[in-house]
Amino acid sequence: MKLVKFTKKGIYCIPGKFYLDPWFPVDYAVISHAHADHSRSGMSHYLCHNHSKPIIQHRIGQDINIQSLAYNETLTVNGVKVSFHPAGHIIGSSQIRLEHKGFVVVFTGDYKTSSDFLTIPFESVKCHEFITESTFGLPIYNWLPEAVLQKQMVDWVIDNKANNRTSVFLGYSLGKAQRIMKLLDNTDQMFVHKAIHNTNNAIKSVDIELPETTLLEPDFNKNEVQNKIIILPPGLLGSRLLKRIPNAATAICSGWMQIRGNRRWKNVDAGFPVSDHADWNGLLSAVRASEAEKVYVTHGSQATFSKYLNEIGIASAEVKTEYGDDELNTSET
Amino acid sequence: MKDFVNLINAIEITNKTNAKINALVNYFTHAQEKDKLWLIAIFTGKRPPRPVKSTLMRLWCTEIIKLPEWLFLESYSAVGDLGETMALLLPDPTHEINKPLHEWMAEIIKLKPKSEADKKDYVLNAWSGLHMQERLIFNKLIGGSFRIGVSKKTLVNALSKLSGIDANQLMHSIIGNWDINTISFNDLLDGKHINYDNSKPYPFCLAYALDKDLNAIGDPENWQVEYKWDGIRGQVIKRNNEIYIWSRGEELVTSQFPEIKALFKNFKDDFVIDGEILALKNNSVLIFNDLQKRLNRKNISKKLLEDIPVGFYTYDILEWNGDDVREKPLSERRLLLENLVNLSKDNDLFKISEIIKFKTWDELDTIRNAARKLNSEGLMLKKKTSTFHVGRKKGEWWKWKVDPLTIDVVMIYAQKGSGRRSSKYTDYTFAVKSDDTLVTVAKAYSGLTDKEITEVSKFVNQNAIEKFGPVRTVKPELIFEIAFEGIALSKRHKSGVALRFPRIKRWRRDKTIADIDTIATVKALIEVQ
Ligand SMILES: [Zn+2]
Ligand SMILES: [Zn+2]
Repeated sequence: MKLVKFTKKGIYCIPGKFYLDPWFPVDYAVISHAHADHSRSGMSHYLCHNHSKPIIQHRIGQDINIQSLAYNETLTVNGVKVSFHPAGHIIGSSQIRLEHKGFVVVFTGDYKTSSDFLTIPFESVKCHEFITESTFGLPIYNWLPEAVLQKQMVDWVIDNKANNRTSVFLGYSLGKAQRIMKLLDNTDQMFVHKAIHNTNNAIKSVDIELPETTLLEPDFNKNEVQNKIIILPPGLLGSRLLKRIPNAATAICSGWMQIRGNRRWKNVDAGFPVSDHADWNGLLSAVRASEAEKVYVTHGSQATFSKYLNEIGIASAEVKTEYGDDELNTSET
Repeated sequence: MKDFVNLINAIEITNKTNAKINALVNYFTHAQEKDKLWLIAIFTGKRPPRPVKSTLMRLWCTEIIKLPEWLFLESYSAVGDLGETMALLLPDPTHEINKPLHEWMAEIIKLKPKSEADKKDYVLNAWSGLHMQERLIFNKLIGGSFRIGVSKKTLVNALSKLSGIDANQLMHSIIGNWDINTISFNDLLDGKHINYDNSKPYPFCLAYALDKDLNAIGDPENWQVEYKWDGIRGQVIKRNNEIYIWSRGEELVTSQFPEIKALFKNFKDDFVIDGEILALKNNSVLIFNDLQKRLNRKNISKKLLEDIPVGFYTYDILEWNGDDVREKPLSERRLLLENLVNLSKDNDLFKISEIIKFKTWDELDTIRNAARKLNSEGLMLKKKTSTFHVGRKKGEWWKWKVDPLTIDVVMIYAQKGSGRRSSKYTDYTFAVKSDDTLVTVAKAYSGLTDKEITEVSKFVNQNAIEKFGPVRTVKPELIFEIAFEGIALSKRHKSGVALRFPRIKRWRRDKTIADIDTIATVKALIEVQ
């Protein structure tokens, strides 16, 4: 008997009678992480990792019916053993492991295999079927070591300061913003937009330590922020608020910035390839480490990555999902 | 080469000209003498011939990375640039090569006559000794075009800021004949190898777009009206038996148009005239797309010279035998210009811009709308008393363009933008109805906002038929209004028509495929215009 099937509402666990990151309202949703495209509103019941819980409540509502587990803790749902394992994507992000009558399926949600010194690093889990994302599933995507990236960003901030400019970073308020904070910790005073500030508070409520930041008030004093660091959600690119920042030098942090054309497209002063997803070799190593006999590939370069896996002797198929791209979402404000 | 890589990155990331200029000034302040000269040579097209074919480099790259050909191509279509694709795919360097730009260039020059095995050794060693960004620049230095967002004008402005020397003079200096092995940076800037007194251009006189009722600008009698041509605005300078052609972008383009230079060889007088460089054939003006085929080429073949002959329509005269006549009224300058043109033997390629005869403004409106048939953009209205002023001056010169034509079309193919915007679909092909099928009428780059492009890209990803390769066939569902300057019957196009300058006017979310134009209604526009 099959353990999961791919339906119009999401990935469905047949004996467990629940969905994984569904994109339509269902009775029982098991959630990999708190990004909006993976944890949507309208579910009658949510199950997620302990660290995702306050963020999902902050995003969707305090009154939702939500249950949470620690990593490696098991809950049996209709005879299916469900557990969460670190995915290294953002705080609380998990691979979801399902076990039924000795057959194991792992759904990665979004993940990254390298450590960012903020989230608990990715741990590979062996399984029969592995359902992986493929946001950066092309061999042109190979991330720089964290220390090299950090030096580039810190140097940029210092250089801006020397030239009397304010460093403005644009990054998704959940995940990328905290990552930027971590990379720039102790460089200079960091101001964050209200959306990021609120997300930070939700994260801190489960005793996770974050670098020190200051809330950027809507009527901020220009002299106070001048030559400092400001982190904004990407939707504010081109906004009035951004225009009020004195001598702003803007930077986008996203895996897509690896490519020149993308760096030049957005009207910014710098682009740093900071990603919260696995690069090409990360995807390949995760697939290999799972030792799965079948690999299903979801959102991203699913056609390319699954074709390549088949060519190197790993049975694979692509799966159509409704998950989005959280690496450069300019609609979020 | 690190400083050169940093310079390129700094220039590329910004679209603010001042930031580009500052980055260049910074480079020129710190770089070695020979590197500065090479930078100028590279940005002005004085590059050594390509020593290694790109097909060979691609082959060596795939040998190293051990990935299938289709995956290489898939990567290439995501990146949009071959040199960059290879730079991204190659493994991390195993050692570090640190050489200044001029040493790389010297080695690349020496590479040309070597054997294929030697070339391969050299390239592979460079690849394994350079980081990704440096590898990309190395691949660019080896071959092909160095398409970086720096115009000659920006380069010259940076040199001017650095040295305080007049920008136009610097333009002549860097374009003039100089040898990188013998000249010094300061001598190049000082222009000892050129005679700027002979080439010095005047600032162009520009027009505002007409923004008021014609009756408000007075009596038609006071105005000289000419066709507005869509070529390259230029200044031809003949002084002391030397001929120079400047474009409005303040670039010296003499070598690109040998036949224009030839036109003026036999004149005895000295002069400076203003006009338009145009592709001309059988006594009529060809569209800009044709002229474009002649631009920015290193060598112009005989066939190209025959297929697309280029001439000069002159508008005005600025200097006559050493006298600056710009302050004389237009009516007087026109007489001088007519005299000059009458001295010409070749009347096919050198013409005076015709004065349009009309009595009332209403009559002129009719003439304007018919201008499209001549491949003209519309009309120019110049006050007969106007001087050849510097730049724009309200009330003296007006441009009055023809109204663009528009049709509703459906998107049928989408392609990722090359180089720029490479992760999004930005280049589209549009169709109209032809009986029960769709027929392609135009291709256009996106005139959409970032948000709309993201939305269209999402639609393409979800509705494309192909999964691989650069082009995606999409469900004919997205309707756009496109605008264009003109339309003509064409045997080369499957639809039977060619549109001039098609561009997206707006996304018609309110319309469906039932509302798009038919090929019959499109063809009917030929009659209307
Ligand atoms: Zn995510
Ligand atoms: Zn995702």
